[in-house]
Amino acid sequence: MADFGYSLVKSGKTDLDTAGNALARSVSEAEPGFNLCIACGCCVATCSAGRFTNFGFRELIHRIKRGEEKLMIAEAEKCMLCGKCTLVCPRNINTRNIVLLIRKHAIIKGL
Amino acid sequence: MKQEGKRSIWNDYQKEIADDKFYYVRSCIRQNFFPGSETAFLKILREVLEKDVFDDRHHTTCTGIGYHAEVVPLETTMTVVGRNFALMKEAGYQNYVPSCVTSFGIYTEILDSWHHFPEVEARARENLDKATGRTFEIPGNLAHTSDIIFKFRNEIAAKAKYMLVNKTTGKPLRVVDHIGCHYAKMFPQKGIGGAEYPYVLAGMVEAWGGEVIDYPERRHCCGFGFRQYLVKANRGYSISCSKKKFESMEPEKPDFIIANCPGCAYFLDRWQYALAEMEGKTYGEDGHGIPSLTYEEVAGLVLGFDPWELGLQLHQVPVESLLKKMGVAYDPESKFRGANGEDLGQPESPLNLKFYE
Amino acid sequence: MDKTVAVVGGGVAGLAAAAALNQLGYRVLLYEKEAFTGGNVRNWDRLFPKARNAREVVDELASSLTGLTEIATGTFVNSVKSTDGLFEIESSGRPAYADAVLLTTGFELFDARKKEEYGYGIFENVITSADLEKMFASSGKPLMADGSEPKKVAFIHCVGSRDEKVNKPYCSKVCCVTAVKQAVEVREALPECEVYNFYMDLRMFGTGYEQLYKEAQVKGVNFIRGRLSEANETRTHQVMIKAEDTLVSRPLQITVDLVVLMVGMSPAGSTMTILKSLGLLGNEDGFAGIANAHTGSTLTLKKGVFVAGACSGPANITDSVNEARAAALRIHQYLGGV
Ligand SMILES: Cc1cc2nc3c(=O)[nH]c(=O)nc-3n(C[C@H](O)[C@H](O)[C@H](O)COP(=O)(O)OP(=O)(O)OC[C@H]3O[C@@H](n4cnc5c(N)ncnc54)[C@H](O)[C@@H]3O)c2cc1C
Ligand code: SF4
Ligand code: SF4
Ligand code: SF4
Ligand code: SF4
Ligand code: SF4
Repeated sequence: MADFGYSLVKSGKTDLDTAGNALARSVSEAEPGFNLCIACGCCVATCSAGRFTNFGFRELIHRIKRGEEKLMIAEAEKCMLCGKCTLVCPRNINTRNIVLLIRKHAIIKGL
Repeated sequence: MKQEGKRSIWNDYQKEIADDKFYYVRSCIRQNFFPGSETAFLKILREVLEKDVFDDRHHTTCTGIGYHAEVVPLETTMTVVGRNFALMKEAGYQNYVPSCVTSFGIYTEILDSWHHFPEVEARARENLDKATGRTFEIPGNLAHTSDIIFKFRNEIAAKAKYMLVNKTTGKPLRVVDHIGCHYAKMFPQKGIGGAEYPYVLAGMVEAWGGEVIDYPERRHCCGFGFRQYLVKANRGYSISCSKKKFESMEPEKPDFIIANCPGCAYFLDRWQYALAEMEGKTYGEDGHGIPSLTYEEVAGLVLGFDPWELGLQLHQVPVESLLKKMGVAYDPESKFRGANGEDLGQPESPLNLKFYE
Repeated sequence: MDKTVAVVGGGVAGLAAAAALNQLGYRVLLYEKEAFTGGNVRNWDRLFPKARNAREVVDELASSLTGLTEIATGTFVNSVKSTDGLFEIESSGRPAYADAVLLTTGFELFDARKKEEYGYGIFENVITSADLEKMFASSGKPLMADGSEPKKVAFIHCVGSRDEKVNKPYCSKVCCVTAVKQAVEVREALPECEVYNFYMDLRMFGTGYEQLYKEAQVKGVNFIRGRLSEANETRTHQVMIKAEDTLVSRPLQITVDLVVLMVGMSPAGSTMTILKSLGLLGNEDGFAGIANAHTGSTLTLKKGVFVAGACSGPANITDSVNEARAAALRIHQYLGGV
């Protein structure tokens, strides 16, 4: 192929027409709380892991819903399962179970 | 700070704690971190309080570290927990007393999930039966070792030889309490005083004459967090967590830190050394660190146990400053002598953290 | 016509209903457990959306009552018994009978001490929105516990609302706009004071509310989209708070001189007791149950028993007063006046 010294740029926008939703589906089926997040950020504010990394539970949920499966499976690794987010979540979401389910999905699917 | 407000919250979180016939369960790390703590706990219960504590040679740890590091699946953990419960039943006890906060969290969580999902409990029973032929009963009472010492804090105070009071000034010692995350953050109702203003250690400190001081990062994790610590590349997060706490407590000039989780007491001790060596920064008085003790070590000191018998020589931040303030009699010469009086040699002094006077 | 209506609760809803019933020719027995009528609004200073004086509103409503209303202040209604369409009011005063009952028992403030992590009642400089109204009324500006003027104030939205941890899953509706109003008032009273509002969503549903939000922005109020995870007192009795700044996806902390908790509206304790005595139920949040949300918001499932105002769920003054007047018409219909 010809090299003109520039290349095409891939769109960074979320395309819900093509985004994968297998992870979101498998997690929300086993833990319906997955769909209840109101994006208040309390979990992130209290998170022991998030203080020193850019990990955030709120983002994890919402980016999985936007189809960023691979990236978020790697992100979920940063959670220490300490449970502080469960203590503060105003929607009473079983946050730790969600992290465990993400990992379980990754293992089952070999991701 | 309005004390009445805190007290009214403490009143809301009471917890039932058995008063005798304990089935004692070991932690996987604590015997190595602070070996004297466990001995002190058993000695206080058996000899000072004359309670019946059964230390079953067949029991195992809860697999908590393996579970949190994800090498042990939850189902296995549940079966192991079921086995310990079965051993307790066979030994004729009902009051289960784990000595590690992480274990306590695991037991609380497993009992809660069995309560809500009987089919999960049934599976654990089946697994245990297949593997060992044993059956278990749900404990009548589950209390952490710190709950037990809390319960008997006044009895201990009545027999105190030393108080948490500065002998020279007559003022209460200033104490920072640190509660292991898994003690009440997952199930506030299961912790004395709840999750926000836990009273379990504060109650001991008060009963023994000290003053608990608050500081902004009081609720923050010590940073141990298995996943953070176990992988060396992540240890930076762990030490940064501890640093955040030290920086926040430093202006309060605490005389010592008391913790109810073996991991916390250990990391709040050792990271002070690492921070001193990495950054040249120390958080105690002129080049010293802030001594970080377990509640059993503190109880032992209050009761007049010998500091070296309590294993206080194993602390990286020397505890002598505290011993002097309390007026505890000790023999500096025998600090590094073995049980038979043999000289074990002296540890090398760190560069920045004052270790010898 | 010589019919009597018992109105339980002398807040703005109770006053407006009594006046409307008087105009329709009914005798009204107006019960108020406190020494004064006016309800919660008596404790506010200036009202959203246009800073009208709260006393003025109460006085206007109270002065529209006629001689047909007998006001029983200091009288607590315990229960209501119904027999053959006649209602017997059991109160701390003398027993009385009525042909219809209107509940305007209103709301109680959420007890902020229940959100332990925010330290109300424990940290010196954590107050509620209601406390701040009192400060505005008495000194025109917010003050710290030691009497000095704060240089940084944080408003915390949704305290005791939208929170399953304290069993208050609903939105209290008026606290967003109250927070914005109070933020503007702080900026006006203390122009050097920095103001931060921590919100999850800004629910500016009423006429003029969105404009108030914009006014706050113009006046330099900072809006941070994140819910507080905790507050801690510092050595100097300031309050360090933590949240996620969700708009930039990063944890955030700030130390302020004064924290104002926007406490939600909880059902008044006696609403449920009175409903029960009538064989009626509350709704899922513990407020009075209504016949239906669209065309029956002042009716209950029992003939002759009506509700209006904040006793059936969070409401602003406009809606409470409108509902009260609508209830008067419904009562008029029920008593055969139409
Ligand atoms: C901090 C704050 C600020 C607000 N600011 C505004 C504002 O600026 N503008 C606005 O439009 N709205 C505002 N509101 C909302 C406003 O307060 C309510 O809309 C209004 O109070 C509702 O009136 P009500 O009569 O239904 O109830 P209430 O005001 O609660 O009155 C109920 C009355 O019933 C009495 N009562 C209850 N039970 C009994 C019983 N068993 N026997 C006898 N008496 C009883 C109570 O004592 C009380 O007087 C604010 C709310 C809050 C929390
Ligand atoms: S459980 Fe995970 S996400 Fe939640 S606070 Fe702990 S580390 Fe953060
Ligand atoms: S605390 Fe709960 S509701 Fe809030 S962002 Fe986290 S998961 Fe969502
Ligand atoms: S404070 Fe540290 S050691 Fe203690 S429970 Fe939390 S993470 Fe574990
Ligand atoms: S009105 Fe605003 S502050 Fe009040 S509960 Fe609703 S969202 Fe929260
Ligand atoms: S997000 Fe962009 S378009 Fe929307 S208000 Fe802000 S600046 Fe304007």
